[in-house]
Amino acid sequence: MAKTQKSASSLLRYLGVRFLLIFPTIWILVTMVFVVMRMVGDPITASQGGKLSAEQLQVLITAAGYDRPILVQYFEYLAAIASGDFGTTLTNNRPVVELLATYGVATLELATYSMIVAFLVGFPLGMIAARKRDTVTDAGLRLFAILAYATPVFFVGLLLKLVFAVAIPILPVAGRVGVRSEIELAKLEGATGFYLIDAIKLGNEAIVLDVLKHAVLPATALGLLTAGIFLRLVRTNMISTLNADYIDAARSRGVSETKLVTKNALRPALIPIITVVGMQIALLLGGAVLTETTFEWKGLGFQLTEYLSARDYVAVQGIVALLAVIVALTNFLVDIIVAFVDPRVKF
Amino acid sequence: MLKRIWKITPLKQLRMSFGVQRVMLILGLAIVGFFIFVATFADLIAPYDFAQLQYEDGTYFGSQIPPSAEHIWGTTVGGFDVFSRVIFGTRTAIAVIFVAVSLSIVIGVLLGLASGYISGWLDRFLVLVADAVYAFPSLLLAIALSIVISGGRSGFWSGILAAGLSITVIFIPQYYRAMRAETLRIKQEAFVESAKVLGASNGRILFRHIFRNATRTLPIIFTLNASEAILTLAGLGFLGFGIDPTMGAEWGYDLNRSVADVSAGIWWTSIFPGSAIVLVVLGITLVGESLNDLADPRLRKRQVAVIE
Repeated sequence: MAKTQKSASSLLRYLGVRFLLIFPTIWILVTMVFVVMRMVGDPITASQGGKLSAEQLQVLITAAGYDRPILVQYFEYLAAIASGDFGTTLTNNRPVVELLATYGVATLELATYSMIVAFLVGFPLGMIAARKRDTVTDAGLRLFAILAYATPVFFVGLLLKLVFAVAIPILPVAGRVGVRSEIELAKLEGATGFYLIDAIKLGNEAIVLDVLKHAVLPATALGLLTAGIFLRLVRTNMISTLNADYIDAARSRGVSETKLVTKNALRPALIPIITVVGMQIALLLGGAVLTETTFEWKGLGFQLTEYLSARDYVAVQGIVALLAVIVALTNFLVDIIVAFVDPRVKF
Repeated sequence: MLKRIWKITPLKQLRMSFGVQRVMLILGLAIVGFFIFVATFADLIAPYDFAQLQYEDGTYFGSQIPPSAEHIWGTTVGGFDVFSRVIFGTRTAIAVIFVAVSLSIVIGVLLGLASGYISGWLDRFLVLVADAVYAFPSLLLAIALSIVISGGRSGFWSGILAAGLSITVIFIPQYYRAMRAETLRIKQEAFVESAKVLGASNGRILFRHIFRNATRTLPIIFTLNASEAILTLAGLGFLGFGIDPTMGAEWGYDLNRSVADVSAGIWWTSIFPGSAIVLVVLGITLVGESLNDLADPRLRKRQVAVIE
């Protein structure tokens, strides 16, 4: 009894330390974004320089407070972020946090689909590769994993488009949903913005199908990237667990090879995978920016590139800082999950 | 010295390898070799310049011309020769890999050595920073940095530098971590202790005893980063943050311009530059993967018998 109490309190302490570490991490990240983005000078000159006269620029700069000492601006920026304010876009005067609410769901929807693709492709193939280790099948699967990593998501996207939207036109070229369905979806009361959920709520089968059809290509493009990583991870971890003594013991009891892979060796191999899944969030966000641009998927990444081409660096700074905070928080959540799943994590 | 170089080249590993691993390593080295060859002789291989729009007689190539005798891979929407741009793109890729990897190795290794050797609060702070940067979506950081360095669009060398430096920042934590871990491990070894007793200076211990023993993981990180560098460069180019097309040929930029072509069924503007990226990254990754396998005895061990 005493022992379990002790471990419970040390678990709490571990989580406490991890939680406290979020703050310096976020501070470092937002400071980095600030330093990097402000090395360029003030955002107004950066975006409007050459378009407006020097006097007009000066008026705007003074109005926005960019002519004050940089340290004052830095502390104001930190204070604003602490209160959840990531700035307001220059081009259309929208708070960055509001952008997250509007477009974040679309990115989340894309990320969810692509994770499903990654699991469905990566796990079974990884298990097969481990089971058929050092055979031609294994080599082929590893080559597939490397190719999935080596091909930029936007190139996968373009190839998929060429094949399934142009050569064999069975899927839409771009967008999240057809125009007609979008109008229907907009009518829904209490819409989540997660189109699949909204479409199911509407109860309209045609719209559900339309949403899914639009999701197939972007989800595959983004999902394959992660699928390759899962495949390699499952294979490597599976191989080292398959060498363990308890597997030999199970084998000698007559457990079939297939069952060894899918049951006995799977669970211990899962723990490092959860950690890596957490680390994929950063990669996934980067990939989402490229996928959204390729497929005109109107999420946060698509918005980011729009603001980039409009040279609205206040918006860019805000979105990048916000995404960094999201990544830091997600990593914390992953740490918690791993702490609960893996008995070996030291507190 | 020569012996040391030999030690870290994949050639030694080539002799150690067998079976599938050997095929992977040879294939990888062949692709990388081919790629370096093309970059070296780009002027001789490419029929036109990467920014050339007209024939000698002043007539224009024309835009989106399908593959033909004059343009074996067709022309782009901007009227460039696709084949020539793909060929010259190898130079851009090599330059970026060179800038990014050499800078990040130097900075990362020095920081890792110092941090692991000195320990204390500096070490703790650097670990925290490295972890934060490591978790940062690398493409976003690269975008922010390329805005700073080049204002978005740029010439050949400033573009290379922008892409290279933005990638550098992302890679430093990886070398730093690997080097720090090795330094911490080796610091405990008896021979370091004896060097200290003999009165060797800190600098001598660091570079002579620790550094020379800590470099074994670097070739693996190097190859993985080289492929990552190409992908990041292509990603930046695809988002319009690459090198101006008249200043240098860059595959990501060409792919960006081909997005609209694809919907119209024009395949040659995207397939070729895209395949070039895939091929190069594939080659480098194959080398890196094999090195990784050969360095890890758990994966190197051949299964002796399978009990069915």
